[in-house]
Amino acid sequence: MILFYVLAIVLIASAIFTISQKSPVYSVIGLLTNFLTLAAFYVTLNAEFLGVIQIVVYSGAILMLFVFVIALLSSGIGPFSEGPDRLPRVLAPALATVVVAFGFLIYGVLHAPMSALPAHVMSSTLGPPGTANVFGSVGDFGVALFTTQLLPFEMTAFVLLVAVIGVVVIAGDAVVGPTHGAHLVRRKRRTAKERESIVKTGR
Amino acid sequence: MDVDVSNYIALSAVMFFIGVAGVILRRNPLIVLMAIELMLNAANLALVAFSRAWVNNAGHIFVFLVVTVAAAEAAIGLAIVVAVFRRSKNVDVDEVARLRG
Repeated sequence: MILFYVLAIVLIASAIFTISQKSPVYSVIGLLTNFLTLAAFYVTLNAEFLGVIQIVVYSGAILMLFVFVIALLSSGIGPFSEGPDRLPRVLAPALATVVVAFGFLIYGVLHAPMSALPAHVMSSTLGPPGTANVFGSVGDFGVALFTTQLLPFEMTAFVLLVAVIGVVVIAGDAVVGPTHGAHLVRRKRRTAKERESIVKTGR
Repeated sequence: MDVDVSNYIALSAVMFFIGVAGVILRRNPLIVLMAIELMLNAANLALVAFSRAWVNNAGHIFVFLVVTVAAAEAAIGLAIVVAVFRRSKNVDVDEVARLRG
């Protein structure tokens, strides 16, 4: 119980830190703390494999992508214009959204049959973390992934394929129209003759 | 499960609304994308908590799918940011309004 509250405070504090920082690099640090805390939560909830996935995929891959894009964008110039705070303009719609969504949430939590726990929904047995084939272990997760949940697993391949093609199409080298990031576009290769003439004439 | 599932749901809701606030209030597209990641992870926390409460690993599978979608979404979102930056130097979400019509 104490562990829950300590982790919850770290989780919320790092989330607020993430969205309140001026520089995106500090936001990435906050997000990293947030993800590591979530991994700790997953382990306490018997989902040890998901804890590992959280660290490897989120902290290892997705945050690295963010860091690389920040490094790419902020070289030399500041791409983010200073401007008036958005808070006064969006306060009313934001408050309305929060009130409506929170109302639905409270209604759902109050009317959900939490106490009546049917025994037949249990897919596996509970056991101490680190044991083979108990709930949340790699064996338990893998068997479910490759037998009963095989179709959703196959669909993730399509999702990733679409993402790969989309990234190549959107951010590929073929830049049409006027471009300000000309230093990002590959320069045309010189032929051997051109290089030779440059060496001889000095320009 | 020594902590009741409603505590996890409350924590997940708080984290989700911090993400919503980030998307609405910030103008930097990178931080908006990070706030979207926060919301996805809040949903993941709720899924894992319910999965544990019912001792059913369908929620774990769902979290796995959400992580995949989040990775794809982050990759495409960042590619859009890079493409916009190449064309106009300014990637502020209020300034990039070419599709407004």
